[in-house]
Amino acid sequence: MTRVLAFFALGLMSVLLFFATSGLPVLFDPASPAATHVSPRYIEKSHEEAGSPNFVTAVLADYRGYDTLGETTVIFTAGIATVFLLRAARRDKK
Amino acid sequence: MNRHFGTIVLGTAFRFLVPIIIVYGMYVLMHGEYSPGGGFQAGALFGIAIVLDRLVQGDDAMLNISGNTAIILAGVGTSIYAFVGVLTLLFGGNFLEYGVFPLDMIEGERHALGILGIEIGVTICVMATIIAIFDALTGKEG
Repeated sequence: MTRVLAFFALGLMSVLLFFATSGLPVLFDPASPAATHVSPRYIEKSHEEAGSPNFVTAVLADYRGYDTLGETTVIFTAGIATVFLLRAARRDKK
Repeated sequence: MNRHFGTIVLGTAFRFLVPIIIVYGMYVLMHGEYSPGGGFQAGALFGIAIVLDRLVQGDDAMLNISGNTAIILAGVGTSIYAFVGVLTLLFGGNFLEYGVFPLDMIEGERHALGILGIEIGVTICVMATIIAIFDALTGKEG
């Protein structure tokens, strides 16, 4: 019974996702919202505003610097959690 | 890894490999604004260099960062990043608004300096996290 229910839920979910995908803009479409909102600003101004000829670095470290602080904190937290889990597993085995 | 298992072949090959990895990591960190790369990649390279050093030379390793020291160092790296943000707050700007540093440079160069500062923090954090996980796997805590 559970398997039938899971199968049904998966089918419903994929129908919904396929339906939603048909509403997305075409890949590499220059008129899509992602390409008309902030991208032109990054391409035109990032060299003088962020001092970096590399768009990726300018967005990562300057325009979206707060996001990258979060990413670094995630790496730090995940590392500490892994270390403590591994140490606890080793202590239990002894 | 408490004992080194360096034979003469391994010891000689390591003398060529580790300095090159460290120099390349430094290049990836410093050149991150101009080419692909940056703090995360440079941190992975430094982490690998130190793990390799400790694998071959054991406790006599010159770059002997291990266990709890590495965990503290990871926190220090994250704090350097946050400290750059607080520094811009103290100079009267927004959080991580590098343009407010009172230096006699053009706007873009001040931003480049701030980006280098946070990249150094990211590098230290990633490097120390890799070493800490390696030490947890090999069972060294000190």
